[in-house]
Amino acid sequence: MAYSDKVLDHYNNPRNVGSLDKKDDNVGTGMVGAPECGDVMKLQIKVNDASGIIEDAKFKTFGCGSAIASSSLATEWLKGKTVDQALEIKNTDIVNELSLPPVKIHCSVLAEDAIKAAISDYRAKQAQRVGSEQTVS
Amino acid sequence: MKTPIYLDNHATTPVDPRVVDAMMPYFTQYFGNAASRNHEFGWVAEQAVDKARKQIADLIGANAREIIFTSGATESDNLAIKGIAEMYAEKGNHIITAATEHKAILDTCKKLEKHGYRVTYLPVKGDGLIDLDMLREAITDKTILVTIMYANNEIGVIQPVAEIGKICREKGVLFHTDGVQAIGKVPVDVNRDNIDLMSITAHKLYGPKGVGALYVRRKNPRVQLTAQMDGGGHERGMRSGTLNVPGIVGLGEACAICQREMPEETKRLMYLRDKLRNKLEAELDEVYLNGSWEHRLPHSLNLSFAYVEGESLLMGINDVAVSSGSACTSATLEPSYVLKALGLGDDIAHSSIRFGIGRFNTEEEIDYVADKLIHVVKKLRELSPLYEMAKEGIDLSKVSWVHD
Repeated sequence: MAYSDKVLDHYNNPRNVGSLDKKDDNVGTGMVGAPECGDVMKLQIKVNDASGIIEDAKFKTFGCGSAIASSSLATEWLKGKTVDQALEIKNTDIVNELSLPPVKIHCSVLAEDAIKAAISDYRAKQAQRVGSEQTVS
Repeated sequence: MKTPIYLDNHATTPVDPRVVDAMMPYFTQYFGNAASRNHEFGWVAEQAVDKARKQIADLIGANAREIIFTSGATESDNLAIKGIAEMYAEKGNHIITAATEHKAILDTCKKLEKHGYRVTYLPVKGDGLIDLDMLREAITDKTILVTIMYANNEIGVIQPVAEIGKICREKGVLFHTDGVQAIGKVPVDVNRDNIDLMSITAHKLYGPKGVGALYVRRKNPRVQLTAQMDGGGHERGMRSGTLNVPGIVGLGEACAICQREMPEETKRLMYLRDKLRNKLEAELDEVYLNGSWEHRLPHSLNLSFAYVEGESLLMGINDVAVSSGSACTSATLEPSYVLKALGLGDDIAHSSIRFGIGRFNTEEEIDYVADKLIHVVKKLRELSPLYEMAKEGIDLSKVSWVHD
């Protein structure tokens, strides 16, 4: 199977590989997929308290080249967006940008799931923080 | 050294130039139909076919008259299984095979199940070999055929064929083996191993594609089978169709070369295979061998690189032709059924690479492939959340994964 140039580029030069401190309240972590399915994506965002903007995003992916490219692209797109804007990223945007063939669409779905999971983890942490601050005061 | 490097010799092999030389005159100069009995053109073609028959028979310890030419191993497997099932239908309706067989065997058996035959699919042990006691217990008075491959195309393990043959002989059951991966690579002897039928193909032993043979025993016992292709009654009535003379000449020559060079070539291949494995294991942790090491083809290696997905690994070594047990591209996303039959977890199956070293591979190529793989595996593990978790001491089998 031939890969698109953009998939090859992300595979050869993946953006934002790494991990953020998952205990940090400003960091949301999403881990989706399963080893037995051949894909696991870990995607993390770090949100600026004051501006509400995603100031950093990192990923690590076990999966085929298209899965790596989808998550690498997702981190690029996440940076600089607000959390609400990030939720608007659709898997079809990733499919179009990377020219993924039909058999690889699940990779883009997984990336969208990873974004949503990271955001919901971040929001859960924030809700808890607000909750605990209220009890203290 | 030229790239890409071909290390997928279980899939097919290049035709040896000596084989091509032997074939060439039979396209234009000696183009006769081997079945033309009344002129020189036919006689010359028939002589060439007879010579090839002898060369093939010599390689497997058979008699030339026991070789039936076909279009390849898929046809040979079909002819053997369906032909026996039909011929011996009155004696019984039970066939025994194994879970790790090639699809040409498994799908043929599944077809017969639809027509009222009963098929036992023996499981394999963790090393890929069948359990001989289970085979013995599976044979009933309705069993007409046992079909177990000589060596496996994915993991390269060699089944205990001589023992299987002995059990079948004792029980009076015919024994067919798909010999495509083993013939020409390891010494095969149909009498030593009590093989009654064996599938052969040319393109796995440096011959051309589209030609193969079925060995059919003529004595002790005399095996009969019902033809699956009707027509002019060629090949003792077992397989009609004009013989592919140049292809058959190529198959014969390929067999003769394998027989002549096997002792030396086996040593060379094992040296290269062992070097590849040792280099990879010296530089990388958690590399797992799939299938028995002891009972293995000399040119075959199947390794899993834990925490790295096979297709992404292939992408990183895109100037090396190998194959992976990962099926990320298939619609089902199911990894190799052969690796799963060994009891491997899907994650390890997804991480597997099959190496098939061939006659034309050099030591320089093996070194290049090893170095490149080491580099790519390290890079992909840096990217792998599973590797990170494993290094943190997390037991991946205990994680509850979020997926559909």
